[in-house]
Amino acid sequence: MKRDPIYGIMAEFDSAQALVDAARTTHQAGYKKIDAYSPFPIEGLAEEIGFHFDEIPLTVLIGGIIGGVSGYLMQYWMSAVDYPLNIGGKPYHSWPAFIIITFEMTILFAGISAVFGMLAFNGLPMPYHPVFNVPRFSSASKDRFFLIVFSSDKKYDPVGVRKFLEALNPRSISEVPS
Amino acid sequence: MPEQYKSSTDLERAPVIEPGHTFGTVTEKISSIVLTRPASNGWFVGFGLCFMLTMMLLYALGYLFLKGIGIWGVTIPIGWGFAIVNFVWWIGIGHAGTLISAILLLLRQSWRNSINRFAEAMTLFAVACAGVFPAVHVGRPWLAYWLFPIPNTMRVWPQFRSPLMWDVFAVSTYATISALFWYTGLIPDMATLRDRTDNRALKMVYGMLCMGWRGSARHWHRYETMYLLLAGLATPLVLSVHTVVSFDFAVGIVPGWHTTIFPPYFVAGAIYSGFAMVLMLAIPIRKIYGLEDFITERHLQNSAKVMLATGLIVAYGYGIEAFMGWYGGDRYDAFTLWNRLHGPYAGPYWALLICNIFIPQVLWIRKLRTSPVALFFISGVILVGMWLERFVIVVLSLHRDFLTSSWGMYYPTRWDWMTYIGTIGMFLMLMFLFLRILPAISIFEMRTLLPEAEVKE
Repeated sequence: MKRDPIYGIMAEFDSAQALVDAARTTHQAGYKKIDAYSPFPIEGLAEEIGFHFDEIPLTVLIGGIIGGVSGYLMQYWMSAVDYPLNIGGKPYHSWPAFIIITFEMTILFAGISAVFGMLAFNGLPMPYHPVFNVPRFSSASKDRFFLIVFSSDKKYDPVGVRKFLEALNPRSISEVPS
Repeated sequence: MPEQYKSSTDLERAPVIEPGHTFGTVTEKISSIVLTRPASNGWFVGFGLCFMLTMMLLYALGYLFLKGIGIWGVTIPIGWGFAIVNFVWWIGIGHAGTLISAILLLLRQSWRNSINRFAEAMTLFAVACAGVFPAVHVGRPWLAYWLFPIPNTMRVWPQFRSPLMWDVFAVSTYATISALFWYTGLIPDMATLRDRTDNRALKMVYGMLCMGWRGSARHWHRYETMYLLLAGLATPLVLSVHTVVSFDFAVGIVPGWHTTIFPPYFVAGAIYSGFAMVLMLAIPIRKIYGLEDFITERHLQNSAKVMLATGLIVAYGYGIEAFMGWYGGDRYDAFTLWNRLHGPYAGPYWALLICNIFIPQVLWIRKLRTSPVALFFISGVILVGMWLERFVIVVLSLHRDFLTSSWGMYYPTRWDWMTYIGTIGMFLMLMFLFLRILPAISIFEMRTLLPEAEVKE
């Protein structure tokens, strides 16, 4: 499939409120492949652009369970199976003494899966991305708010999208080359 | 905040950010410290001095590797000297960073946003300093990897029933999670630095470090979930770390160690000394870099209040220790109490009571809580006091236990002091570097505090 030379059309807004309103209007107008960019997290913005399932909690839960189970089994296997050592007459499988390391391993694995899960699901690291081709986009990490309609959207047509975004009263509109 | 929640005291309080700031000014002000402000002579002098102290640390450690721990003052019966005192002190200091970044986040204390970044950096550097000591005090540091469950040709495994093994896992988990928390917090801010700088090489470096962050709403959503969960995980973790450190002592049967008050009292002491360190760093930083708008009187006040509260918990811990020594009926515990008050190390014990209990009571006075100079000195006193506390716990309990025939004295050598002062140098050197290459205040979290950031449904 030939790639569209245009990645999408981007509108720039002045405030978080304007971006949230614009995102809602755009999504309700039937544009589904859109994204919004802001210099800080805005509550509810992701939902407005149709993001409903966050994978992170489940990832962390699975990571934590793997960490806890493997931490306990590691201690059990090493102390009771592979290298049983009598320490002060304590049982080989002295479970109360194993709880702390089990706990620490749970936290360790859960924390690592939180961070690496976030990066993986976000597709990071990704040093290059088409949106960086727009010079004004450098303000997205400072004080500007951007909304993009991707050219892969079913309803996308260059003129129509531009007209639609202009009606949202943005500060500027740019084409994003891919 | 809705009007009805604003109490009268809220209105009297100093704001978290001084009025008049916008997204742009907050960004410029914090990122300019890194990007445009030239390093001053004072910075070079401070950094140079700390660098020399770090070299002294490496020298002391090099000599230690050459000669063995005989160069230290440790002997039998005092096998745990400065190394463990300093380890516990540094780990404790680290705790305030996690408390500020994780626990205060969960409690929705938004004032934390302007001090969490460098408090987290402080945690990381303090844990690095702490990590030096257990690794070198094992006597044969090249075998320190035996502490980890690594398959080996001797077909032996670590002994998991020992609190020292728990400590290995607790501290290494703590170091890992603190590093992840700090780094992920930096990702959006490094993207800001990437976009602000004109220097192409710096753009590449920050661009790589921020992993190409572009602030997409989907990314932010996952990011915030991750951050909140990490805070939720770090909260029980930080409480567990000093608890486990206290188990190193409390599980032993030595009089003065074998007590159930240790875990809560260690955690409170850790937060106490940690906030003292936060203030000792924040007060000069806000002054030198002109950040009084972001680290306001409110932050100083709140930190002082946390110190006052945790200080009282610590005082309660001392009280219970003394009470149990007297009331418990164990003659060795009773002797430990007597020995603390009247023995050869009575000086450090009384000094610790003065530093940790008596002097900090002046924080009840509002005027002193808001005076940077007074707070700076009180924090210094508390840090000294908390170091003395660990000295008392480690050395006093060991030097006179059950048999008079095995009593002894501990005299730290110059190598002990060089290692200790060297880690302070290393800590401050890392802090100096951090201030120049990364944003010392979380820029994106500061933006969320501005009134413009509010969105109505």
